[in-house]
Amino acid sequence: MIQDLVIGVVFIGYALGMLMTFGTVLTWVERKQAAIMSDRIGANRAYVRIPFTQIKLVWLGLFHGLADGLKMLLKEDFKPRTYDPYAYAIAPWLAFTPVLLVFAVIPFGGTLVPAELVPGLSAWFGDKSYPMQIARLDAGLLIVFAFGGVTIIGAMLAGWSSSNKFSLLGALRAGSQMISYELVLGLTLLGLILIYGTLDLTSIVQQQSGVILGFLPAWGIVYQPFAAILFITAAMAENRRIPFDLPEAESELIAGYFTEYSAMKMGLFMFAEFIEIAIIAALFTTLFLGGYNLPYMSDSGFVFPGNYVVHLSHWAVVVIQLLTFLVKVLAVCSFQILVRWTLPRLRYDQVLRFAWKFMFPLALANLGVTAVAVWALGVMNA
Amino acid sequence: MTWWERVYFFEIARGIAVTGGVFLHNMWRWISGRKGALTTYYPEETRADYAAGNRGKHILTQRPDGSPQCIACNLCATVCPALCIEIDAAFDPEDAAHPKYPARFEIDYSRCIFCGLCVEACPEDAIRMVKEVPQLPTFDRGHMWLTKDELLNWNPQRDVAKPYPVAGKDRKTRGPA
Repeated sequence: MIQDLVIGVVFIGYALGMLMTFGTVLTWVERKQAAIMSDRIGANRAYVRIPFTQIKLVWLGLFHGLADGLKMLLKEDFKPRTYDPYAYAIAPWLAFTPVLLVFAVIPFGGTLVPAELVPGLSAWFGDKSYPMQIARLDAGLLIVFAFGGVTIIGAMLAGWSSSNKFSLLGALRAGSQMISYELVLGLTLLGLILIYGTLDLTSIVQQQSGVILGFLPAWGIVYQPFAAILFITAAMAENRRIPFDLPEAESELIAGYFTEYSAMKMGLFMFAEFIEIAIIAALFTTLFLGGYNLPYMSDSGFVFPGNYVVHLSHWAVVVIQLLTFLVKVLAVCSFQILVRWTLPRLRYDQVLRFAWKFMFPLALANLGVTAVAVWALGVMNA
Repeated sequence: MTWWERVYFFEIARGIAVTGGVFLHNMWRWISGRKGALTTYYPEETRADYAAGNRGKHILTQRPDGSPQCIACNLCATVCPALCIEIDAAFDPEDAAHPKYPARFEIDYSRCIFCGLCVEACPEDAIRMVKEVPQLPTFDRGHMWLTKDELLNWNPQRDVAKPYPVAGKDRKTRGPA
């Protein structure tokens, strides 16, 4: 029992550390990538000076994120005279916390056997094994959507309790946009659920470990390429980033629902946005890119075609799986940033029309085709 | 717009291909140790290709003996719209041809707007603007005052078209003495 607790704490620490690191590093990645995409150099001024020396560590501008955080923490925390200060104070946390909670059900590695990892602990742990995931739930995917939905409440509450017209209008925009795309998001994944026949993310990832047609990895993106495109689009719209950043409109709504927020409360909204990039990437990786799986890799090592086997120790497997997951997540994050710096933003009516008249029917059609295909395959196999 | 463009979806893919291509190209340049940007690390690095007519920085021209050609007439300071030129005139009895000279000639670059009117106003061709830019970025506004020494010496140019008159010989030709 206590062993489970220890492992749980370790996993939670890893997940929190990973998300916070991603949230900070992504601000840097976003700056640098935007700069490189547009023939510029990008952030390179913030430095840390080693005390008592003149050695300045610049590290390619990596400390700009640190400077941002410090600025947010040290700024004046302005509070508007609002009728609901409690809701005003709690709103940023309602936008921030669910984003972190979504990660609880995402598997970030294969199976961990502590006794094999550290032989000294074998007496204590016995032959227990743990899937590398904070909480393995049958309803994993439902949890993702449930917590994803709570973010909307944070945005609405922020706009409502600021007692500011701009905030309220921004919150209305955010609310209708997020609810619209939440629906599309769910529909795109129904096809995937039909194919895998489960809502449990660990099981979904395990089913993606094989190879189909002899060379293609059995990833979700191969089974459902259409759903993958719809999913990443809807997820980016749900995250309210350019080209879908309509709740934020300087000329009409100032900063939208966080107009009245300053200092770290505003920082929480921004941080939540960046962590959500990582969460979307993690979800996309888990559902469509095979999670921690590499082609031909299993829990004991690589098995290449022609029975060429490479045995790996448990240590190596665990590290490779963790790294694979991180690299895939970072690649999808980078893709989202690429899109954000490529496309011009849409108009608000275009955003909603895009959701209801383009993506919604396409997601339904995708679901229908998948259902028919799954049924036909079932009949053929029966 | 053609049908292809109006669907927009394919145009998105094309746009991402363009920006992604630029990203990969520049990234490859950075990784392989070259520079993948058109901009420069100003002020550590300034671009070499300023136009010949660029109004970058002022210089004071010199006579062949190294003294400033300026006669401290204050025309540049008068015409200056930013009021950033300060001149203290002084008297030099040794030099009969140009008894008035600037003891102090300073330009406040924190106010200068680089309009070039001082160059046009100068009757002696004593102040010119060259294409190179001054090393202005600083944490202290006081450092943006450039003094006569710097204006004379950072890139000295002697005006050979106006040779320095030999004492006692050219005095009659240079106005009423």
